[in-house]
Amino acid sequence: MEPLPQIPMMSYDVVVIGGGPAGMAAAVKAKELGLNVLLLDENDYLGGILPQCIHPGFGLHYYREELTGPEFASRLAKRLVELGVEYKTGTRVLEIRNCSDLEKVVIFTSPRGAYQVWAKAVIYATGARERHAFEIGIVGDRVSGIYTAGESQTLMDIYGIMPGKEIVIVGSGDVGLIMARRFALEEAKVKAVIELMPYPGGLARNVMILRDFDIPLYLSHKVVELRGKGRVERVKVVRVDENLNEIPRSEFWIEADTLIISAGLLPSVKKLEQIGVEIDPATGGPVVNDRLETSVPGIFVAGNSLLINDLVDYVAEQGELAAEGAKEFIEKGGIESRKWVKVEKGENVRLLVPHYLSGDRDVYLYLRVARPMEDIELRIPEIGKRMKFLVVKPSEMLRIRLKAEEIEGEKLTVRVVKV
Amino acid sequence: MIYSFTCIICPLGCVIEIEMENGKIKEVRGNKCPRGKEWAIEELLSPKRIVITVLPVEKSELPVVSVKTSQPVDVRKIPSLMKYLSELKLMAPIKIGDVVAEFEGVKIIATREAKKVK
Ligand SMILES: Cc1cc2nc3c(=O)[nH]c(=O)nc-3n(C[C@H](O)[C@H](O)[C@H](O)COP(=O)(O)OP(=O)(O)OC[C@H]3O[C@@H](n4cnc5c(N)ncnc54)[C@H](O)[C@@H]3O)c2cc1C
Ligand code: SF4
Repeated sequence: MEPLPQIPMMSYDVVVIGGGPAGMAAAVKAKELGLNVLLLDENDYLGGILPQCIHPGFGLHYYREELTGPEFASRLAKRLVELGVEYKTGTRVLEIRNCSDLEKVVIFTSPRGAYQVWAKAVIYATGARERHAFEIGIVGDRVSGIYTAGESQTLMDIYGIMPGKEIVIVGSGDVGLIMARRFALEEAKVKAVIELMPYPGGLARNVMILRDFDIPLYLSHKVVELRGKGRVERVKVVRVDENLNEIPRSEFWIEADTLIISAGLLPSVKKLEQIGVEIDPATGGPVVNDRLETSVPGIFVAGNSLLINDLVDYVAEQGELAAEGAKEFIEKGGIESRKWVKVEKGENVRLLVPHYLSGDRDVYLYLRVARPMEDIELRIPEIGKRMKFLVVKPSEMLRIRLKAEEIEGEKLTVRVVKV
Repeated sequence: MIYSFTCIICPLGCVIEIEMENGKIKEVRGNKCPRGKEWAIEELLSPKRIVITVLPVEKSELPVVSVKTSQPVDVRKIPSLMKYLSELKLMAPIKIGDVVAEFEGVKIIATREAKKVK
C-alpha cells in the first residue's frame, strides 16, 4: 500500500477500534488512567450492537441494575463524553500497521477521506460477525427474504421495517429466541425455531419466549434447502441423529416468506490476522495473555472480538482490563512476566481465555463447556483447585477467579468432571 | 394436570412441576429453593412480562424509538397493549427515560434517544 497523503499525523497513546461496550469501556478506562486516547467506530452512532438490543437484561453486574441495550450503551457513552474522550463515528478502520512495539499506525476512512494516526498501543474491540445461510450448508433458489438475526434486528429496531410475515428461525441461541419474540409481538407468525443440537442454545429465560408465544421448537433438526420464486416460499427441514447426520426420509417442508439465520457469532479478527496475530481455533479470537494482549506486542483485544460473550458486563470488564494492559505496556515499554503459565483445556472444556497467565496478578478465566453436565467439579489438578457447580451449559460462559498466588508452574489444566 | 417450568431465577435452572387438581395447586416439586416455587406459581397463575417494542417518531434522525413498560404486564393484556401502541406516533426530540404514553396505569418509557433532524 502507498503511503497515504501526509495530513498532519496525529499521535495517541491508545487507539481503540470499535465503539461497542468493549471499546467504550476501554476508552473510558484508558482516559481515567491518564492516557491520550482516540476511539473509532464505523457506525453513525456509538454503542455497537446495543442500540438495537432493545430488551432488558443488560448491566446487572456492571451497573447493578437491569437495563435495556440502548440504556446501557447511553450510560457508557455519557461517561465517555463527560471525560472528554476523543471519538469519531462513521470511520472504518482498514488496516493496522505494526511498525515497532511502541509505534503502530491505524489507517481509517471517514466520509471526508482516508486518514492515519500513530498509536503506542491499540485496543481492538470490533465485536463479532454472524454466520450466514451459505456457511451452514443451506442450498436452493436464489431468493430474497433471508436475513441474519442481527440484520433483522437492525431493520426492525433501528429502522422500524418488518422483514417478513411468516418466519422460520434457524438456531435457538439467545439472538434467535429474542428475535422470535420481536416477530411474534409485532404480529408476524413465527412458524418454527429449528435447532441442530438436542438442547436449546439460549439461556432459560429466553427459551421461555417459545412458550409465551406457542412457537414450536424442533430440536435435532436442520434446515437444508429453501425454495421460492424471487422470495422465499418454503424451507425444507430434516431430522438429525445423535451424530448430527441427516435421518433419511425424515424431511418435511414449512411454508414461510422469511428465513432468519441465528447460527452463531464469530469474533471479527480480520485486521488482526493481517498483522499475524495468532488465533485460537476454539474461540475464533486471538490468543492472549492475562492483560488481553495478543501475540503482537501492544495490540490488545476485548469483547466479542476476543471471544463470544453472553453478558455485556464481562465485555465491559474486558475493555477495562485491556486499557490497564495498554497503560502498563506504554509505561514499561512492554508487558513483562517472569514466566508465562499456559492454561490448557481439559475434559469438557470447549474454550478458554486467557491462554497465558503471568502469576503477578489475580485473573478471571472465561470458559465454556462442550456439553451440558450436572453436579460437576471444575478442577485444576496442578494446583489442587476444585470448585463445585450444580449445572454447566455451553450457553452460559463460566467466569472463574484465580488468585495471583495460586498461579504457578508450567501449565494449568482446567477440567470439568463429574463428582 | 402437570405444568412444568424451567426456573430462570438463578443459573441452576431447576425444572419445576406444578400439579393442579380441580383448579387448585396440589403440589409443587423440583424447585431447590422457595424463590423458585413462588416464581413458578406466579408463572402459572398470572405470568407478567416487561414489554418492549419500537414506536414511530416523526422529525427524528432514526424513524423509530425503542420503549419499555415501566413494570411487568400481565401476558393476557399484552395483545391489547400492543394494539394500543401500534396506533401511536411520537414526535422528536425524545430523551431516554421520557414517559411517552400510558396504558391502564402502565407507563411507556423511551429507552433510546430520538434526536430531532436538523
Ligand atoms: C441479539 C443479542 C442479544 C443480547 N442480549 C444480551 C443480554 O440480554 N444481556 C447481555 O448482557 N448481553 C447480551 N448480548 C451480548 C452483548 O450485547 C454483546 O456481548 C456485546 O454487545 C459485545 O460488545 P462488543 O463491544 O464486543 O461488540 P459490538 O457491540 O458488536 O461492537 C463492535 C463495534 O465495532 C465496530 N467496528 C467493527 N469493525 C470496525 C472497523 N473495521 N472500524 C471501525 N469500527 C468497527 C462496529 O461498528 C461496532 O460498533 C446480546 C447480544 C445479541 C447479539
Ligand atoms: S428453584 Fe431456586 S435454586 Fe432452582 S433455579 Fe429457581 S431459584 Fe435457582
